[in-house]
Amino acid sequence: MQAARAEPALEARALGKRYPNGALALAPVDLSVWPGEFVTLLGPSGCGKSTLLNLVAGLLAPSSGTLRWWGEAERPRGAAGHRIAFVFQAPTLMPWARVRDNVALPLALARAPRDARDAAAAQALAQVGLEGFAAHLPRELSGGMQMRVSIARALCVEPDLLLMDEPFGALDEFTRQRLDADLLALWARRKLTVLFVTHSIQEAVFLSTRVVVMGARPGRILADHRIDWQGARDDAFRVSTAFAEHARILSSCVASAGAAATA
Amino acid sequence: MTDRRRIAEIGAPVVVALLFLAAWEAVVRLYAIPVYLVPSPGVVAATLVRDWTLLFASLRVTLGIALTALLLATVLGAAAALLFVQSRWIELSLFPYAVLLQVTPIVAIAPLIIIWVHDTRVALVLCAVVVAIFPIISNTTLGLRSVDPGLLALFRLHDASRWQVLWRLRVPSALPYFFGGLRIASGLALIGAVVAEFVAGTGGQGAGLAYQILLAGIQLNVPRLFAALFLITACGVALFGAVLLASRIALARWHESELADG
Repeated sequence: MQAARAEPALEARALGKRYPNGALALAPVDLSVWPGEFVTLLGPSGCGKSTLLNLVAGLLAPSSGTLRWWGEAERPRGAAGHRIAFVFQAPTLMPWARVRDNVALPLALARAPRDARDAAAAQALAQVGLEGFAAHLPRELSGGMQMRVSIARALCVEPDLLLMDEPFGALDEFTRQRLDADLLALWARRKLTVLFVTHSIQEAVFLSTRVVVMGARPGRILADHRIDWQGARDDAFRVSTAFAEHARILSSCVASAGAAATA
Repeated sequence: MTDRRRIAEIGAPVVVALLFLAAWEAVVRLYAIPVYLVPSPGVVAATLVRDWTLLFASLRVTLGIALTALLLATVLGAAAALLFVQSRWIELSLFPYAVLLQVTPIVAIAPLIIIWVHDTRVALVLCAVVVAIFPIISNTTLGLRSVDPGLLALFRLHDASRWQVLWRLRVPSALPYFFGGLRIASGLALIGAVVAEFVAGTGGQGAGLAYQILLAGIQLNVPRLFAALFLITACGVALFGAVLLASRIALARWHESELADG
């Protein structure tokens, strides 16, 4: 276990993606994510942050460079300690299936027995505050609750690396802040490693231990900024001078990239 | 609220039907239109009662053919759609022939089928299947392909097999499309059955409603013609209603098209 800890959960070397039509979605980038980190990819649309996330998830094949997960060159397939889960921009639930079956879908695909699935689903739902909704259908829930179901589905596989692609982008500000706080609590409790994508500077500062700023045309990494906040991440943090300072630094990174691109 | 809506849903068309029948009856009496041109609704109803044994036997034949054809078209059409989504190559090679089946008028193929197939009943069922199968194939194929790309990515992420993607994702996603196709097919199956019988012209014991119409027309027994026509329409409505009910049972829980307040 000690040896595994010393290895990055994720290591990208000169990782790039060029689509068959010739468009360079992501210029070769280097990125390491260490166990326990909450890393956010921040940038405007078209900066390749979702592409990078999809490469990491194995949903896209890179056109250059290498990717290693816990030191392995093969994407891990569900072995304990090397589990990956993905949360999409939209809840992406099966409208015909009850919440319980949506949450336990990854286990069903792995052919787990019914009672194991139900138990895991109940536990995951409790972690996102949706006890008592197991038998509901997705359409009976609000947008925020559907997103929680989506997160519960990711937690259901007991992930070691959680990939999230602008998961709260479509939600209202109040719901988003509540889910941000809940996500942080989960991250601390479960000792998760998270790679998070957003275009909100506030969300990036609030959540992350490290923010990777990306720029567009072609998608590339501009800056790697550590958020070294030792205190609690609560509403007091949101209005602190440290928060404002981090936000200012990040926003100037994004702005300078924008200026360079238009120049 | 829903009770009032239901009353309106059933009541309004019934009122229209009653008004229409009353106007019809009035016009026929007022202008003393002879029965061999346009019989009044009362006369048609009386004929329906008088010729019930004859007409009911024909109704059973026609309904039996249409139902068998619809069932066959459903099974074969869904199977074809499942085959098509297995690979682009299969779809590219076979789909044009499904279209060919659709665009060739059934009246043109029916004589051939009736010559080739010895048993008339089987021939009639085949004709009706040819007419009814296309909407099921095309709708179900479209449905099996119309999968939420996010869910597909999720299935791939968790290393789902082809089989799991098909049964857990594609088939449920296709159900609303499938039932849409089935609704169209229910009407077409009846049309196919009637048209084929016009062409085949079976008589005697196995005569369906189309034959009764043909015969009544020749004999200028117009009230019976109308009575048979009424039964064919009733058949169509019953088939459509049955499909609607099946669709409601299958989709009511989750799909927008069947949600009461959607």
